[in-house]
Amino acid sequence: MDALEQFRADTRAWLEENCPPSMRTPMPEDESPWGGKRAVWKNPESKQWLDAMASKGWTAPQWPSEYGGGGLSKEENKVLQQELRRIKARPALMSFGIWMLGPALLEFANEEQKKEHLPKIVRGEIRWCQGYSEPGAGSDLAGLQTKCEDKGDHYLVNGQKIWTSYADKADWIFALVRTDTNVKHDGISFLLIDMEQDGVEARPITMISGASPFCETFFTDATAPKGNLVGELNKGWTIAKRLLQHEREMISGMGMGSGGGGTGLADLAKDYVGQAGGKISDATVRDSVARQKMDSHAFGLTLQRTTEEAKAGQGTGAASSIFKYYGTELNKRRNELIIELMGTQGLGWEGDSFSEAELSAPRSWLRSKGNSIEGGTTEVQLNVISKRVLGLPS
Amino acid sequence: MGLVLTEEQTLLKETASQFFQEKLPVANLRKLRDEKNADGFERSTWKEMADLGFAGVLVPESYGGTEFGPVGLGIILEQAGRTIASTPLLSTVLLGTTAVQLGGSQTQRQDILPAIAAGETIMALAVEEGPHHNPTQIATTATADGDNFKLSGSKTFVIDGHIADTLIVVARTSGEVNDSNGLTLFLVNTSGTDGLEITRTIMADSRNAANVTLKDVSVPASAVLGGVDGGWDVLEPVLDAGRIGVSAELMGLIQEAFDQTLVYLKERTQFGEPIGSFQALQHRAAEMFAELEVCRSVVLDALSALEERRNDVPSLASLAKARLSEASKHITNECLQMHGGVGMTDEYDVGLFMKRARVAAATFGNAGFHRDRYAGLDGF
Ligand SMILES: Cc1cc2nc3c(=O)[nH]c(=O)nc-3n(C[C@H](O)[C@H](O)[C@H](O)COP(=O)(O)OP(=O)(O)OC[C@H]3O[C@@H](n4cnc5c(N)ncnc54)[C@H](O)[C@@H]3O)c2cc1C
Ligand SMILES: Cc1cc2nc3c(=O)[nH]c(=O)nc-3n(C[C@H](O)[C@H](O)[C@H](O)COP(=O)(O)OP(=O)(O)OC[C@H]3O[C@@H](n4cnc5c(N)ncnc54)[C@H](O)[C@@H]3O)c2cc1C
Repeated sequence: MDALEQFRADTRAWLEENCPPSMRTPMPEDESPWGGKRAVWKNPESKQWLDAMASKGWTAPQWPSEYGGGGLSKEENKVLQQELRRIKARPALMSFGIWMLGPALLEFANEEQKKEHLPKIVRGEIRWCQGYSEPGAGSDLAGLQTKCEDKGDHYLVNGQKIWTSYADKADWIFALVRTDTNVKHDGISFLLIDMEQDGVEARPITMISGASPFCETFFTDATAPKGNLVGELNKGWTIAKRLLQHEREMISGMGMGSGGGGTGLADLAKDYVGQAGGKISDATVRDSVARQKMDSHAFGLTLQRTTEEAKAGQGTGAASSIFKYYGTELNKRRNELIIELMGTQGLGWEGDSFSEAELSAPRSWLRSKGNSIEGGTTEVQLNVISKRVLGLPS
Repeated sequence: MGLVLTEEQTLLKETASQFFQEKLPVANLRKLRDEKNADGFERSTWKEMADLGFAGVLVPESYGGTEFGPVGLGIILEQAGRTIASTPLLSTVLLGTTAVQLGGSQTQRQDILPAIAAGETIMALAVEEGPHHNPTQIATTATADGDNFKLSGSKTFVIDGHIADTLIVVARTSGEVNDSNGLTLFLVNTSGTDGLEITRTIMADSRNAANVTLKDVSVPASAVLGGVDGGWDVLEPVLDAGRIGVSAELMGLIQEAFDQTLVYLKERTQFGEPIGSFQALQHRAAEMFAELEVCRSVVLDALSALEERRNDVPSLASLAKARLSEASKHITNECLQMHGGVGMTDEYDVGLFMKRARVAAATFGNAGFHRDRYAGLDGF
């Protein structure tokens, strides 16, 4: 048996022993394991599963083990993910720390900062949120105004952020702050701020889906020790952009990786629209479902091709520039199709006449609208492609 | 899974690219069109292509071929698509070879495969009988007549039909129209065969197609390709190969139309700016780029499915053909629009790309046909 196969066998045995039975069932949204100081574990086995995975560093499988990560190679991680999928394991930890901040810290932070923050992210002890957008600075992110002053032994922060996902539940925030008001991009710094202080307040915003996972975050004479500045003063824009890449990958990968985005549509159509001779009975509906499935299939192949090209050292990265745009538009279309297939049963808001799946359909549909806004809008992605990839003039 | 070209394939791509740019540029198709060339292609260049090994890509080495395989042929077709080159690549190299390989007897293979590889014989598949692709709707009959069969019926849109030395005729030996059972394929010699009439049809894309009528055309039993009544077993995979091949050609076509348009967007100025600086055009160009990237993945996977003889060939053939048919319509329309008035002139290539795209989209099933087929194969 070669090393990788040995790794697979060991992993399989370990998962068999350590993944609790209830963690192999579909995950209701209110059991999402976001961790943090104020985490509420509705199902205690979620916590047990997180601790087990964190003990191996497998919540961040490819991070170096010195920072609590799993230290796995790309190939080993692939095996691990396959084995997790095989037993339909729930994610042990969902975390902006792992998806966005961690990779940026690994690249730009000093040793002390890595030692301080990365292990806590791996263990899900600290929940992070992202303080980028401001009321006047969304697509034009570099227009941000939140002021950060050097007070000798610490920084003083004043200003407002908006759309901060889960700020009211987060312990720390990674924020872009203005440290020089005379220049635009070169006056931005990347600062880590503890939210457990009087100067930070997060107020939830109610969304069209009825949920309120987003906040306005206010800083009023909030402070941060100087050691919380990542990278150099006024050089935060480079870090910000790199982190956005990680964010886009996360968003475009969600729910639609590997062409699986078409699963279930045909059955849904047969159930709600009807079938005749094994086919969806309505020809136009059948055509719409086929379109959606074919689009997902084609997009999945494109994700796969890019991975293969990168592996073969032929990657130009050009194809990956389309993922955020294409993946999110595809996901929005899928959600539109689902409520259409369900008809009025997919438009209920509450009450016993709707099943749980039916009630979640309109909420997913509404949530999906944000996919093409968050992490850079579709229009901004298209700007980037036309200028950077196609070289069209400004 | 081969979504990435090997070194050898990359080399082939360069050779093919250079060949089509130099020997069969778009100007070549214009010339054939303008001088109303009776053959609709250049025999001397075809011979050169055969010498380069392009005609024998699917033919085993034991029969004198180069055996580059379907991915190799896809690469060549893509480059041919960039210049809309008129060649028998599709009719003979892809469909002809595949049919003979799949259904041919030892003698048939020995007779035909080396001749294909050498560029000495041209074949054409006579399947369609109406304006829409429908390979089971076959009314052409073949009735046993002693040791022979007698074929009667008519065929339309036979690609390269008027230059073919041999036609592969799909006829019904039993069953009802629309039945996939009861079909039989026949190799029909085009020279000196009584009752066979072939007329070239001039198509919008200036490429080769023909109408064929058969009136009591007598062929020996040895002309049956594959089994009597079992023609579908050969025909369906041959059509799938054809669908994937046309998709590869379309891939080259849309890439070239897009590349030329991109150059135009950077050069043409209006309101004192290059038109490529207008966001209304930038976003549409970026969307086309995304579509091209997705198309490329689909075509590559379809070609490698063919090469690896995977059992998802039918659904990938439909995925590729549906996607490329639709993308080629969208992209050629957009490219013409972005060229403004000059796009409407014959002088610019974009109109030629658009015309070829529509004919190719109708070849072996349009997007609607293939979405329907994909859905059926997927069980809904
Ligand atoms: C679900 C969700 C979660 C989010 N989570 C976070 C978070 O956790 N942390 C955080 O910091 N932010 C978060 N955001 C904010 C997000 O990054 C911004 O909403 C986004 O960058 C767009 O900014 P905006 O809302 O100010 O829109 P605007 O920039 O005002 O854009 C309005 C419209 O104009 C278009 N537009 C703007 N500029 C251009 C241009 N140059 N060319 C063409 N069109 C243009 C946009 O595409 C859009 O359609 C989240 C947003 C959503 C919806
Ligand atoms: C069939 C036909 C008949 C015609 N008949 C006549 C006639 O009888 N008399 C006559 O004088 N003219 C005639 N014209 C010319 C016609 O008016 C011009 O073709 C038209 O105004 C477009 O100009 P253009 O061709 O130079 O394209 P361009 O202006 O070069 O445009 C190229 C592309 O860029 C786009 N574009 C240009 N500027 C912008 C912008 N600011 N923002 C976004 N996109 C932009 C255009 O929409 C187009 O897609 C005719 C044209 C055609 C096609």
